[in-house]
Amino acid sequence: MPSIAKPVAVHPSLHKNELGLTVRDYEGTMSTLCAGCGHDSVTAAIIRALWELSTPPHMLAKMSGIGCSSKTPTYFVSGAHGFNSAHGRMAPIATGANAANRELTYIGISGDGDSLSIGLGHMCHAIRRNVKMLYIIENNGVYGLTKGQFSASADIGSKSKRGEPNRMAPIDSVSLGLSLGATFIARSFSGDKEQLVPILKAGLAHRGFAIVDVISPCVTFNDHVGSTKSYLYTRQHARKLTESDFVPPATEILATIGQTGTTTVTMHDGSVVRFTAVPGDYDPTNRQRVTSYLQEHQGQGEVVTGLLYLDESVPDLHEMSNSPDRALSKIPYEKLCPGAAELAKLQEEYR
Amino acid sequence: MHQLLRTRVNDFAVKLANVNGTGSASANGLLMQAIFRMGIPVSGKNLFPSNIQGLPTWYEIRVNKDGHTARALDYDLIVAMNSQTYARDVHEVREGGFVLYDSSWPLDKTLIRDDVTYLGVPFAQLCNDHFKDPRERILMKNIAYAGAMIAAIDVDMEIVTQLLDEKFSKKKSLRESNLTALKLGYDYAKENFQCPLPFYLEKMDTTADKILIDGNTATALGCVYAGVTVAAWYPITPSTSVMDAFRAFCDQYRRDPETGKNNCLILQAEDELAAIGMVIGAAWNGARSFTSTSGPGISLMGELLGLAYYAEIPAVIMDIQRVGPSTGMPTRTQQGDIMACAYASHGDTKHILLFPANPAECFEFAVKSFDLAERFQTPVFMLADLDIGMNDWVVPRLTWDDAYRPDRGRVLDLAEIEKLPKFLRYTGEDENHVASRTLPGVHSKGAFFTRGSGHNKFGAYTEMPDEYQDVVERLLRKHKAAAKFVPAPVIQHREGARVGIVTIGGCDPAVREAIDLLPQRGIETDFMRIRGFPFDEEVEAFLNAHDVNFIVEQNRDAQLRSLLTLETGVAKEKLRSVLAFGGFPLSAKNVIDGILEQVGEPTHAIHS
Repeated sequence: MPSIAKPVAVHPSLHKNELGLTVRDYEGTMSTLCAGCGHDSVTAAIIRALWELSTPPHMLAKMSGIGCSSKTPTYFVSGAHGFNSAHGRMAPIATGANAANRELTYIGISGDGDSLSIGLGHMCHAIRRNVKMLYIIENNGVYGLTKGQFSASADIGSKSKRGEPNRMAPIDSVSLGLSLGATFIARSFSGDKEQLVPILKAGLAHRGFAIVDVISPCVTFNDHVGSTKSYLYTRQHARKLTESDFVPPATEILATIGQTGTTTVTMHDGSVVRFTAVPGDYDPTNRQRVTSYLQEHQGQGEVVTGLLYLDESVPDLHEMSNSPDRALSKIPYEKLCPGAAELAKLQEEYR
Repeated sequence: MHQLLRTRVNDFAVKLANVNGTGSASANGLLMQAIFRMGIPVSGKNLFPSNIQGLPTWYEIRVNKDGHTARALDYDLIVAMNSQTYARDVHEVREGGFVLYDSSWPLDKTLIRDDVTYLGVPFAQLCNDHFKDPRERILMKNIAYAGAMIAAIDVDMEIVTQLLDEKFSKKKSLRESNLTALKLGYDYAKENFQCPLPFYLEKMDTTADKILIDGNTATALGCVYAGVTVAAWYPITPSTSVMDAFRAFCDQYRRDPETGKNNCLILQAEDELAAIGMVIGAAWNGARSFTSTSGPGISLMGELLGLAYYAEIPAVIMDIQRVGPSTGMPTRTQQGDIMACAYASHGDTKHILLFPANPAECFEFAVKSFDLAERFQTPVFMLADLDIGMNDWVVPRLTWDDAYRPDRGRVLDLAEIEKLPKFLRYTGEDENHVASRTLPGVHSKGAFFTRGSGHNKFGAYTEMPDEYQDVVERLLRKHKAAAKFVPAPVIQHREGARVGIVTIGGCDPAVREAIDLLPQRGIETDFMRIRGFPFDEEVEAFLNAHDVNFIVEQNRDAQLRSLLTLETGVAKEKLRSVLAFGGFPLSAKNVIDGILEQVGEPTHAIHS
């Protein structure tokens, strides 16, 4: 993973966001992934979402584990601290980082091996803690860096490059999230930036833990006939459940809530997610209904995409812990140390 | 039989044999605390099973006017309250000693020794007559034997009553039933036996400036004073009470009086892998953070400890050692994690270790751990053990310097980052070979990519041999530099000694006692207690200055000796081992026997 710096050339016509930054300011070093890798499209969508949200680069923390997906934080927002940690351990490291400083925006990039095998337990518990972060699983059903082994998300019957079929049931992050009480669950496709960007923005605005499972085909090891995570298969089987639109907190836009044919959910920070093209019986805030809808369509071999479930009523880790509004790491030491007099007094109890 | 024992004041040992889960701990603690308040040097060792209710548990109290309060192995009095272990317990009392037992049932004839005196008190009968509730009958039986003990060894009844008043200030009815039970045992003993026994207590004034505290509580307090704001852990015996105490102290000291918010966040992790991950994440983000664990947790944390070492992120690990390998004996003590911690993780890794010997040092070293972790940007382990962590020790009152400010090490602030042409993570090392780090959320110019993968001194990914070596060689120099910063060894010389005794951690009181007793066997020894790793020159100089050094430690494989062999230039032949690793706290007898076994009859060479 040598890092190759991109040439700095800013075209004067590039738009600027609220911070006066262009999309280029949200880029990182050159990707070293295979040409055509789905992950690079996800990176592009992340860059777009962060730029559109005007997230100050230095207020972003990019967390990852190990794997092809976990390399990608170097490919966006060079002005943010990144942490490429250990295989499967991103969730606890991000949890600790978030515990120390809740003022930052956290993006965790993981893969299906990282999240659904070696780090499965950690992801489950991060969901339970409702750690405020955007947690992206770049899901390609395969181990790329070790050359093509099935991952835990490989579907039954999906074939490896050598033609062997997978016989074990997949772990589905969406169903798992629903059963664990996840508060934001989305699935998208790396090839569908229009759907993905608003989902990422909504995930970043979410009150707690936002899982976004992105089907991101591996062009080298899992893009052949017989794979259920290929570009072709995903394009043929993806069923767009919802189109969503993320509306930042601003009064004049809030006025659009309630239009016929849409469902809106107001986020904790006052922004709005507007669902369009939602089937009549689909309520993205009803866990039971979402579960049965997904099971039904999964049974039909469909990959249901969109922002599938959202609950803004659950407190995040800090709210549950009654933390101060500002970062714990910034509390002055004088406020933390009880001092000599108190130590003397306390010790009367140890007599 | 009384004549077999000469009268001894403030110099004896009592072993209390109980069934766990019956409330004996509070009766035993009461006795121990009362003796402490009488101003007499005392220790209490709880030898408890890994079980909630029903298995044998022992408590040993040793009083010694000279301050030798390591575990004694010969007991003057056995309080035999557990019929499951009668045979073993009766066997352990010294010739001429006493056995206090529940005479509600007759004692099996095979348990009768003719060289000890049996003091039968019908505890169960007395309690059944006075208390109605079955659970209360069991609980009060313990308080009743405490009453008999008070009579037998002359514990100050006024102090005991005062302790009960303090304990039950809000539960008057409990105070009354406790006093009733206490009096049942006390009166029976007074009426039926010659009290006190030939060994008994007399008030002294050695504990006025001392406290009675366990190491885990002191460690937790140290973490509060050090300014910890994030703690993560997975429950594991015997370290659980570190976090329990930390939580209690945070409730007391960390609730902001103005906002009502908690100025600390405690994460109960899903496992130890997560716990250390959380600590690393929090420290990466600038918070003082720690985890408490024991051996199995250390094994699980291995991978991420290597990450913190290589990526140079502070982390503090409180390892309360228990008996390994594997699950081992969770409620027994050992010093078996020395090597595992020194080199935790794959690849070339070396860590900073601190070895407290008692709760007072737990407090002091806990604070020090954070300063070292941040100064050297690396994991620091404080290795206590079950004996230090979970037993109450009499230690000098803890002190605090209000001028203390945390050593946050080299962290660049906003102004410093702005001044830099470019931030390069692992360049510009100081005299301790530490480079500056930046924290997220300060300035985008300070941003860098933290990675556990191969990196060069600029922090960039590398697979080039020279760039890789450049970094890891600096890490080695950095580790060596820490030798000057870890607590110095405690060294005591005796006139004419040519033999050294070297020890570590909770072995301290037993070894000191042995050193006082060995001259009677013709052996004069110098003493060194190692308190930190990497070893400073002073450690090596001590070892070299002695013909022979006995390394006393509590593990099978002589781990401290191994570490000394690997990390100093001292000839292996100079280092001999005295090992006691069965899981109970060390006794001076273990040390003396271990040394005598090796030197045989004292020779002129040893007693110069």
